[in-house]
Amino acid sequence: MAYFPILSFITFLPVLGMLIILMLPGKQEKLIKVLTAVITGLQVVLAGIILHSYNYSLAGVFQQNSFQFIEKFRWIEISGLSWLGTVKVDYFLGIDGISAPMVLLTALISFIATLSSWNISKSVKGFFALFLLLDTGMMGVFVSLDFFLFYVFWELMLLPMYFLIGIWGGPRKEYAAIKFFIYTLVGSVFMLLVMIGLYFSAKEMLPNGTSAFTFNLLSLMDPKNYTATGILSPFNPHNLRFVAYIALFVGFAIKIPMFPFHTWLPDAHVEAPTPISVILAGVLLKMGTYGIIRISYPIFPEITRQLAWFIALFGMINIIYGALCALAQKDFKKMIAYSSVSHMGYVLLGMASLTTVGLNGAIFQMFNHGTITAMLFLIVGVVYDRTHTRGLDDFGGLALKMPVYTFFVTIAFFAAIGLPSMSGFISESFVFLGSFSQDSIRTITMFSTLGILLGAGYMLWALQRVFLGKFNEKWNMLTDLTVREYLMFIPLTIVIFLLGIYPSGMINIMNTSVNSLVDFMNKMPAQFSMLGKF
Amino acid sequence: MTEASLLNISLVILFLPLLGFAALIFLGKKIPGSHWLETFIMFSALCLSIYVGFGKLSYYVGKDLISQLTWISLPNVPLLGNINMDLGIKIDNLTAIMLFVVTLISFLVHLFSIEYMKGDSRYSRYYAYLGIFTFSMLGIVLTHNILMMYIFWELVGLSSYLLIGFWFEKKSASDASKKAFLVNRVGDTGMFIGIMILFTNYHTFTFDTIYAQIAAGHLPFNSPAWLTAAGILIFMGAVGKSAQFPLHVWLPDAMEGPTPVSALIHAATMVAAGVYLVARIFVMLTADAMLTIAIIGMVTSFIAATIALTQNDIKKVLAYSTVSQLGYMIMAMGVGAYQYAFFHLVTHAFFKACLFLGSGSVIHAMHHEQDIRKMGGLRKKLPITYATFLTATLAISGVPFTSGFLSKDGLLAGTYAFGLLTGHWIIPAVAFLVALMTAFYMFRLVIITFHGTPRDEHKYDHAHESPFVMALPLVVLATLSVFFWYGTNPMNPSSGWFLSKWVKTPATVVPQQQRFDFMKTEVKEAGAVEETKTAEAAETETVTHSEHYMHAMHQAHYPAMGLSIILGGLGILLAFAMYQWKKIDADKLAEKLGPLYRFSLNKWYIDELYGATFIGGTLALSRALAWFDSKVVDGIVNGTATLTRGLSNIGGLFDKYIVDGMVNGAAYLSGFIGLFFRRFQTGKVQTYVVFVVFSVIILLFIFRPFGF
Amino acid sequence: MVQVGLTHFLVISAILFSLGIFGIVTRKNAVMVLMGLELILNSANINFVAFSRYGNFGLNGQVVALFVIVLAAAEAAIALAIVLNIYKTFTTVNVDEIDKLKE
Repeated sequence: MAYFPILSFITFLPVLGMLIILMLPGKQEKLIKVLTAVITGLQVVLAGIILHSYNYSLAGVFQQNSFQFIEKFRWIEISGLSWLGTVKVDYFLGIDGISAPMVLLTALISFIATLSSWNISKSVKGFFALFLLLDTGMMGVFVSLDFFLFYVFWELMLLPMYFLIGIWGGPRKEYAAIKFFIYTLVGSVFMLLVMIGLYFSAKEMLPNGTSAFTFNLLSLMDPKNYTATGILSPFNPHNLRFVAYIALFVGFAIKIPMFPFHTWLPDAHVEAPTPISVILAGVLLKMGTYGIIRISYPIFPEITRQLAWFIALFGMINIIYGALCALAQKDFKKMIAYSSVSHMGYVLLGMASLTTVGLNGAIFQMFNHGTITAMLFLIVGVVYDRTHTRGLDDFGGLALKMPVYTFFVTIAFFAAIGLPSMSGFISESFVFLGSFSQDSIRTITMFSTLGILLGAGYMLWALQRVFLGKFNEKWNMLTDLTVREYLMFIPLTIVIFLLGIYPSGMINIMNTSVNSLVDFMNKMPAQFSMLGKF
Repeated sequence: MTEASLLNISLVILFLPLLGFAALIFLGKKIPGSHWLETFIMFSALCLSIYVGFGKLSYYVGKDLISQLTWISLPNVPLLGNINMDLGIKIDNLTAIMLFVVTLISFLVHLFSIEYMKGDSRYSRYYAYLGIFTFSMLGIVLTHNILMMYIFWELVGLSSYLLIGFWFEKKSASDASKKAFLVNRVGDTGMFIGIMILFTNYHTFTFDTIYAQIAAGHLPFNSPAWLTAAGILIFMGAVGKSAQFPLHVWLPDAMEGPTPVSALIHAATMVAAGVYLVARIFVMLTADAMLTIAIIGMVTSFIAATIALTQNDIKKVLAYSTVSQLGYMIMAMGVGAYQYAFFHLVTHAFFKACLFLGSGSVIHAMHHEQDIRKMGGLRKKLPITYATFLTATLAISGVPFTSGFLSKDGLLAGTYAFGLLTGHWIIPAVAFLVALMTAFYMFRLVIITFHGTPRDEHKYDHAHESPFVMALPLVVLATLSVFFWYGTNPMNPSSGWFLSKWVKTPATVVPQQQRFDFMKTEVKEAGAVEETKTAEAAETETVTHSEHYMHAMHQAHYPAMGLSIILGGLGILLAFAMYQWKKIDADKLAEKLGPLYRFSLNKWYIDELYGATFIGGTLALSRALAWFDSKVVDGIVNGTATLTRGLSNIGGLFDKYIVDGMVNGAAYLSGFIGLFFRRFQTGKVQTYVVFVVFSVIILLFIFRPFGF
Repeated sequence: MVQVGLTHFLVISAILFSLGIFGIVTRKNAVMVLMGLELILNSANINFVAFSRYGNFGLNGQVVALFVIVLAAAEAAIALAIVLNIYKTFTTVNVDEIDKLKE
């Protein structure tokens, strides 16, 4: 393979599939499903190729030459505009150790979600077309290195999500869909503002010797590129970088979701159909934290350093608050939704540590939360498909009737609790070890460890209420897993155990980049603040 | 018998049970006689352990064998360089002994369960769980670093959870398993914080590396207080797993599990892992940490012993006695009697496993009756069980010529010496009191269960001695409760090979001023310590205790032994007086001591207290937060939405009536004007002409173009 | 003897014009209206010619008058044809009843 634009392929393959599906007659439901499975399966294969040919020693983060699978060419260019000079947007894709795990995760989760959407019966064509569009949006966010492109993908994913919840959802689907849409859109608006602000603050040299404003994330990370008067330029003594940082952070925090912006999540999860919950928890939430690591951190290193304590604080609040809320839920799915809030808190905490161990843990936790929570939502889906109820107290003793199902449930639950030998343990430990070693947030870390305890509390309680105890005769007609359901659970189980026993497989991918990022975050703030007061 | 072969065989021992687990969990019902397969696996592991133990203790007795590989490596970390997290095993004498103890008891329990669990619908699942437990327990024993210790620590927690809740159809069983896991998690959380302290400072998890750095004067955060904190926090893991106060509440409930499981996990091995952990971190414990540990052990042994006095469930009595004995070991670790604590761990493992399996035999014979008030006179029906149970009871009561006497006497002497040296006399005082109570409640149990006349004739008639596979483990374990396995002198434990050759107190690495006075290294011996560390480990004596301490220990030996024999005898006598000869009426006594009796019977109301405070508090808080979340946080969101909608409604109205009203108004106006002028629009040309003419005249008149 | 001057012509013309207007406005018969129209045209012709005679315009006024006569003839022809058509359509030439434009 001399040069094969693999990232473009992996990103736009679903769109291709969508076009084909749109051309098929709507009655060909089986064909549409199989086609989607093939497309997402191909994505997994492509992700495997990426993993195979990935160079572990290249760092990426802020140096273009050490990104991998780069594709870069001019996408939009309008020159000769009076004071604007040249307006240009690059089609710039590339991955490093921060985005590679996310690409793998997206491919894997999309494939699993396709399998779990097999029994969608309402307007199959529309569902899978939107689903594939969503897939492209997600993949695009993780591979783009141009802010404009990033934003385009970010918004692209919003639209199908709205319809997927709003049409195929539960009883309160309209409410949930609109809430999700508006909430996320508010975040996007903040992001758009900051993006435009950054655009007018930094100039990049063009090959022809002139310079032009830029959306290139890597150029935005270099303080030398900033103009003297840009409103987000560190050279400008009256710059608004602090405000912009907070706006951008809120934009991402909504997606994570970070307390107090998290309430869209339980509603969206409860109403969304199972595959969409899987995607939502498995991939979408990671975009928030990914955005912070990819964009907020290296572009605003000095402010990140200042506000790291607050990020950790919110991480702690997420962990404990989410866990306590989960403890009080009576709806299976809602409980898992809140557990997501709690688990994403670990990511925030690890990120805030700004240490190699902590950041490795945070990114690893993003991946692991993706797989584990996907599994948890699939589990709820299995029982909901059969009984159309989700109350934790409506069941009991399911282990007697569905032993294989319970086997997978136990694995998923204990993985969520962070039991050693499963992937969640490694990432949570890394997060804690990393954040504990940072002086400023040591106390926060100690309080956060309560999350380990509370997590075990709500998970085991749910396990007991649904699966243990006396069998509730009402559910005598329940059947154990089908082959298709096996197919959903087994890959996730394998990944969970594999990464729990051999975490180096993932950590080696991340470590070089994370080291480079930590180094950057250690050295750059001085440079940024040397240029001018913030 | 090279080092490498010993290490490799240890790895085989470690992974054999895991293999059994995997086979049974996936193929369980398809393998005929899966229980025999599993038992055979354990037997192989036992043989290999004996081989390893023999090799280690005879050829490498003074040398630690270590084998490790890098698990996770983080190269080029900014500011810190390379961080490596290793997987590794370390075989020292402790490990070699523990390997044998664990595999032996595990094997015997496997054997015992063949009959005990026969006919259970999840028979193969049961053996799978035993396999994963044995694997994790061996992991704890073998590991050479604290992270792996934590990993296996959690895994034994998992297997304990699975086995306690084995009969999960019963609510009490699933409650108990949940409780066990959660209470253990409390301790584990503390332990993890301790691990974080060590990792943050030393960037490694390996015990030896950490200790070497502490010995070199590198304290956590450069403060001895943090060293104490690290010690106590890691000890919290032991508090949870070894059921120490205030986290002891899970162990009695854990008796919901099958009885062989109670013998294996909740008496002999897993709960002793806490003591093993303290032994592993012993060298980094400061004086303050040790005192804390000693006090917690003391309180635990006392509380548990008082509760055991009044319980009527055969397994509950044994459970509290286990808690009490674990408290003993922890206390012994705390007072620096490292050797005796570990010695007691081993002897206790055997006789307590014997007691539990014996109780299992009784329960089996009585068709799952556990209330001792319905038993009695079983001596005749179950002679083997009775004989072995009695032997073990003698051992736990500290009667001479038993293993329990040796270890308990040494342990008590240790506390006595501690009292002599530091003036903390409360610790030996409580320890001796507990010895008295132990003898009393154990004999109470034996007398009520086996002596006297049967109270439930029906069940008594159907009782029968257990079959061979159940009797054999009892006999083996009872034999191991006799002194000669551990030394030739039944009166002096320290002369036996167990203590004089195999188990030695390691040299502490804590800075001098953080040690107890009696553990300080005298100046002239400071060189010796260095030497032992650098030179080929220790054929020579490692110096932890000063001469002073040795002297005190010597001094304490005979008084302690005398006292323990007297108190033990007194306890036994009292039990006979009350329950055998009925000289003292137990019920009347209970009535007289009313409140105290109920306090003990209800386990000091600790469960109720926790239920009301921690559990109730957490649940109330969670409900309050859930309310807050849905009403306030989400309320604000929805409120914002409503507000926006309200504003947009106002905007809509404004748009409709004012903005649009103006547009429509203009239209209306023009329409109105049109209507007015429409009247002039007759369609008759002549009318128009009239208008034109008049208009022209008017215009002419107005503008007067010709200057009229 | 009164000298005939410009004023007389103008007065005649004004009277004719007024008669024409009067005819247009009051008559109900379309043909009569047309005749009123002819009167107005002719009053205009008188004015043209009178100004041509007494004013300083050369023969321009008389030429225009000739044009007007031709035009009036043409107009009369077309107008009568229209009236005929109106009669065909409405079976009347009463202008009061022909008020379709109003609708």
